Amino acid sequence: MIAYLIRRILYAIPILIGVNLLTFALFFVVNTPDDMARMQLGIKRVTPEAIDKWKQQRGYDKPLFVNAAANGGDKFTDTIFWQKSAGMFVFNFGFSDDGRSISREIAARMGPSLAIALPTFLIGLVVYVSFALLMTLFRATALDWAGVALCVLLMSISGLFYIIGGQFLVSKLWHLVPISGYTGGADSFKFVVLPILIGVVGGVGSSSRWYRTIFLEEIGKDYVRTARAKGLSELRVLFTHVLKNAMIPILTGVVVVIPLLFMGSLLTESFFGIPGLGSYTIDAINAQDFSVVRAMVFLGSVLYIAGLILTDVSYTVVDPRVRLQ
Amino acid sequence: MTFIPVILWSDALVFLLLGAGVAVALYVRKREHLMLPWRRVAQSNVALVSLLVLSLFFGIGLLDSLHFRTSLPQANSGEKVYSSEVLSVFDKLVEPLRMQTEKTYSAPFALHLYAKESLTDAQGNIVRDYPRLQYGGAHLADGLQRNADVVWRGLSGALAGVFLGVLLLFAFISKGRRPVIIAVLILVALIGALINLAAVYHVLGTDKVGQDVLYLALKSIRTGLIIGTVTTLVTLPLALFLGVAAGYFRGRVDDVIQYIYTVLSSIPSVLLIAAAVLTMQVIIDTHPDWFGNSAARADMRLVALCFILGVTSWTGLCRLLRGETLKLREMEYIQAAQAFGVSGLRILSRHILPNVMHIILIALVMDFSALVLAEAVLSYVGVGVDPSMISFGTMINGARLEMGREPVVWWALAAAFSFMLVLVLAANLFADAVRDAFDPRLNRSAV
Repeated sequence: MIAYLIRRILYAIPILIGVNLLTFALFFVVNTPDDMARMQLGIKRVTPEAIDKWKQQRGYDKPLFVNAAANGGDKFTDTIFWQKSAGMFVFNFGFSDDGRSISREIAARMGPSLAIALPTFLIGLVVYVSFALLMTLFRATALDWAGVALCVLLMSISGLFYIIGGQFLVSKLWHLVPISGYTGGADSFKFVVLPILIGVVGGVGSSSRWYRTIFLEEIGKDYVRTARAKGLSELRVLFTHVLKNAMIPILTGVVVVIPLLFMGSLLTESFFGIPGLGSYTIDAINAQDFSVVRAMVFLGSVLYIAGLILTDVSYTVVDPRVRLQ
Repeated sequence: MTFIPVILWSDALVFLLLGAGVAVALYVRKREHLMLPWRRVAQSNVALVSLLVLSLFFGIGLLDSLHFRTSLPQANSGEKVYSSEVLSVFDKLVEPLRMQTEKTYSAPFALHLYAKESLTDAQGNIVRDYPRLQYGGAHLADGLQRNADVVWRGLSGALAGVFLGVLLLFAFISKGRRPVIIAVLILVALIGALINLAAVYHVLGTDKVGQDVLYLALKSIRTGLIIGTVTTLVTLPLALFLGVAAGYFRGRVDDVIQYIYTVLSSIPSVLLIAAAVLTMQVIIDTHPDWFGNSAARADMRLVALCFILGVTSWTGLCRLLRGETLKLREMEYIQAAQAFGVSGLRILSRHILPNVMHIILIALVMDFSALVLAEAVLSYVGVGVDPSMISFGTMINGARLEMGREPVVWWALAAAFSFMLVLVLAANLFADAVRDAFDPRLNRSAV
């Protein structure tokens, strides 16, 4: 198991280098730093000196991959690629365009992101699985049909509608919670409750339907018939036997997103004014701050790969037959 | 008035796809074994009704993809000068909707503007009141007649629609099933009522600059459809070629392809799309000379967005195809073909490709609705279509702050969301029917 984990972590390195090369190519090779400087300073009326100054301040005045002027190891380390990429592997993301440390921003913004994402994830999981089990319990009846129809309807509604509609109804018409904002500590409850609720409702359609498919596949198997033959009640069969056996397909979809919860949700955070990583990313996209976007891409891939490894580990927890080697 | 046709890139791609679709349909029609699953789709009433709705949307989108520029009336030296405005056949069809713009917001079926203005009344006094709309309900002398007029026009339009619909049904469909016939009649009644009402009212109100919201919503359909369909032009070859190659050749080839798609799929898709779109934006902004007019630039951005969405979303399908090919290549009939000395390329095209087609088809129809929804989100984030292009995303983005006004300006948002809901719901229901009909794992012994 330990050897397996080490090997998986080593496999991650070439993938992360690939991710880095890709974003580097997108941001620095397709568009030269000169183009970026011109974008930032405004297309018109920009002097070559201003461009040079902008590049120098941000360390973009070096060659891309190979610095012929330097000697020894510096040939490769004194380049934009090395300077802007190597630090990422030790989570040193450098500075954003407005001069702040990206690593510190990320550390400060993870908390608010988690305050929304974690409860949404946990409550959502319970709600979706229960709803799916209920539909499975009433399978092939009008109730099941109505449940599936509801799911298809809910998943056809744009995520933006849930947010805008929810804000309008709960905050503006009923005045139950503030429209947006965030404070730290226990006070933040009134700020996070609506985003969490909307997050859960927004996912009901697709998730419950997906879980229902999984449960329906399980329920046709022989062990279910045996359990019924033993005289177990249908509820007991569903909640203990089917649910346990459906764990592997459920975990495949669920565990991989747990690390990504740190990244927060772009839409929810920007609509509710929550100072998390999602709104940080949106602000960076709108301000065309390439170093922040690159840092977030890198962080996202690290977390995704962590999620994949966690998924494999979780299999061994729920299914003793699975051995990692 | 003369005109010259304008073929934008997205138009060309849409009609290329349409041509390919027609060619495939003709090919399938002649072969009973390929028709069989489609017959199963046709057995489902839900599928037929949603196909009906979808084809209505597609019809609007296709009409909206035939672009041209009209000539300007005056020509100083006998030389024809063409307007820089690119119009579509659909624009021409609904010309009143496009041209009849008010000053600013007005509610659906309103006779008066949303904001008060200083008016001069009959006695010459200046009063603050809501002015009458220039076009909306302008034929009414008295505002009190409005409700009766709306009902009358709606009913007469619906009746005319139903009448035409019945004629149409008798002419083309000898025997249809009842739910489908009812759906057709409801649809034609709605269209009839809408046409009759839209002629004199702003049925869905007007937006901030006084444009008819119904017109905006109808124009958005084309953008959504292009995002949903043209993207497959990129996804399909990539996923098909790489997935089948990885599964069939294994070894080195498989390692490289797996590496590529793991790298791509390990980046959160919104971020990858945002990164690519930002890059594209810089390219477009630094090369303004590449594009003749603003319509061409907005269109190029739309095509580029499709391309980016395609490049970032082929990995899921590729993984599925790789897995299926790995399974297929161990089947006896493939081994028999190999033993006969059939070349690798021929095995791929004759024996493997037809057997993964159902996966491709299911994935394509399932992706469509996700892409339509994604467009709205991406446009909100600021990495979607050009802000000057009418789309569901730009409509929502422009209208979302209006919920804070008093009284609430709800109609633009409601229109965008409901049009999107109908389109996506129809696409989802149709996709479900296609999946049920094509998925070989489903047990059909009962059917």
